[in-house]
Amino acid sequence: MSTLTDLTLRMASGEVEVVDLTHTLDPDFPVIILPPEFGQCARFRMEEISAYDHRGPAWKWHNISMSEHTGTHFDAPSHWISGRDVPNGAVDEIPTEQLIGPVVVIDCSEGTTEDEDFELTPALIEAWEAEHGRIPANSWVLMRTDWSKRRGAAYLNMREDGPHSPGPTPEAMRLLVEERDIRGFGTETVGTDAGQGAHYTPPYPAHYILHGAGKLGLQCLANLDKLPPTGAVLIAPPLKIRNGTGSPLRVLALVEK
Amino acid sequence: MTTPLTPPPKKNPLKRSLTPTSPPGVRSRATLGLTAAAAEGRFMLQTCAECSTVQYPPRDACCECLSVDLPWNDISPTGTLLAESTVRTSTNLYFRERAPWRLGSVHLDAGPTIICHVHGDVAPKSRVILSNRLDRSGQGVMIALPEQRTPDMEDDPELRAMSSDPKHRRVLITDARNPNAPTLARALHDAGATMIFVGESETWLPNPQRDALSAIPGVEIMALDVTNTTSVKELAGEIGGKVDILINNARFVRPGGAMARGDVAFAQNEMDVNYFGLMRLAQAFGPGMCARTADGVNSAVAWINILSAYALVNSADYGCFSASNAAAFSLSQNLRNDFRAAGLRVMNVFVGPTEDDWHQELPPPKVLPPTLARSVVQGLRHGLEDVYCGDVAKDMIERFRAGPKILEREMTTGGQG
Repeated sequence: MSTLTDLTLRMASGEVEVVDLTHTLDPDFPVIILPPEFGQCARFRMEEISAYDHRGPAWKWHNISMSEHTGTHFDAPSHWISGRDVPNGAVDEIPTEQLIGPVVVIDCSEGTTEDEDFELTPALIEAWEAEHGRIPANSWVLMRTDWSKRRGAAYLNMREDGPHSPGPTPEAMRLLVEERDIRGFGTETVGTDAGQGAHYTPPYPAHYILHGAGKLGLQCLANLDKLPPTGAVLIAPPLKIRNGTGSPLRVLALVEK
Repeated sequence: MTTPLTPPPKKNPLKRSLTPTSPPGVRSRATLGLTAAAAEGRFMLQTCAECSTVQYPPRDACCECLSVDLPWNDISPTGTLLAESTVRTSTNLYFRERAPWRLGSVHLDAGPTIICHVHGDVAPKSRVILSNRLDRSGQGVMIALPEQRTPDMEDDPELRAMSSDPKHRRVLITDARNPNAPTLARALHDAGATMIFVGESETWLPNPQRDALSAIPGVEIMALDVTNTTSVKELAGEIGGKVDILINNARFVRPGGAMARGDVAFAQNEMDVNYFGLMRLAQAFGPGMCARTADGVNSAVAWINILSAYALVNSADYGCFSASNAAAFSLSQNLRNDFRAAGLRVMNVFVGPTEDDWHQELPPPKVLPPTLARSVVQGLRHGLEDVYCGDVAKDMIERFRAGPKILEREMTTGGQG
């Protein structure tokens, strides 16, 4: 039996589960908020074209609009200034084999419950490796925080001094990118960086270091608590937008039961 | 003495709501001058440029010397009630439904004698002030008011039919995030509005005004985002049947004209909030409000747009914002047409630069929320269509009337003064 036939049979029998890591595209889903003088991320919007009525008797359809970075979305290297000259750095250029691959999940949910500014550090990564083995090269690394279970204002957790949400330190990103050569990094929060990520050096280290090295980003993920620490496969193909810096997408994981 | 209005009882669900009817709405072109004056609360009549005779009714040639040079001027509205009558039935449905209706003739101190509506508190043969008002057909008509204020005089049924008074009515203010929202809500409460719904967008972001709004009696904060068609439709589905006055204070503003900006992103936001937002609100709330304009004491009565005075002529520093307001102004005229048959008044409040973050670099005078709230409430009480709020807006409309091209040239100096 071929590998693919075997896989589809196992998916049909439930031995391999398909887990949806995507939030519903919804007008009320939070987007990143920048100081108001900067350009802003467009919210998801949907306008009816017709609904089996005088505008089109037998069909219903909508026009939709949003940013490349609205909802559960993918960040390409060209999203950040550090990645502007990376070859094949736009969503339409990323080699397709990069869009399906192995994924490891570092569970930070306990620490995040106690500290909303929880940091993923090299020490935590090394402790995870002591238990689960070294992070394989070219893997997706997802930071599980259970942040996706938050609703309303608690999601951005915006205060006078900006948003407060967990994320990686610059040292952790260097370890993952320079020493483990990961494929990409994903989070449950609105960005790959911590809410207070502007105050690190470099500012927004996940974006800066990942994309500078041509690595990929995923954010606003959900259901990371349904993934094992190792062994799952992530399917994350962005829309093929010419020179796109990112894209909303459906992120799925294959998990062996 | 006027019998004060009592809060309306809850609606009897077995009774059919009245279909709105209108008083006669056809006028000659000359007579529309009265309507234009009433739209902004002015008492104006034609005065012959040759012999100075004040004219009534409006006409195309002077009743004294046949001159056709009959400019409209502000006239002293004082006079004396000569004769009066009370109509107890009428072949006109609008008056038939509202009888008895008091009418009279007033000899104006300025000259002419005018047939007009008469307030219930006017004593026979007494001194009166004539007020030029828009009736429910949106045409200028005269009503004689007592020379001195009388208690609860605004509750007189004839006068109330010519106003959009918020007393006992329910209001929707569309944007809880606009810095003017708490002051507007407070002013509407003070003016007698019973419920004040305030729309709040993006409840996933903090709203520093939430506490101030919640502290005002009658305020209920509801989810509403004028850029989201679904959200607008959902709120209309929920409360559309009890919005008597809608105040659209939603606004997106950034400085800059087309050449100061490198893209269309902020301009799209401006159009989406300032223009399409108005359209979404009208499509969702308009039909329900138009169906309820004859629904008793708390009938639907007015639709208010807070527009920038830059809707009249483009202000270079806010070039793209001005354009979005010009679009909204034009749409408001279209809505006037569509709401006309129901008698739902569209009142545009034109404001100059407002005291907020986005006008920080402009020198005073700037419009503060209490000034705006006062203009809105006064405009409603007088049933106006056009209100110019603050010195900049008042100056701009005067200069616009004197010569739109001259004003355009003054506003587009290219930085050369």
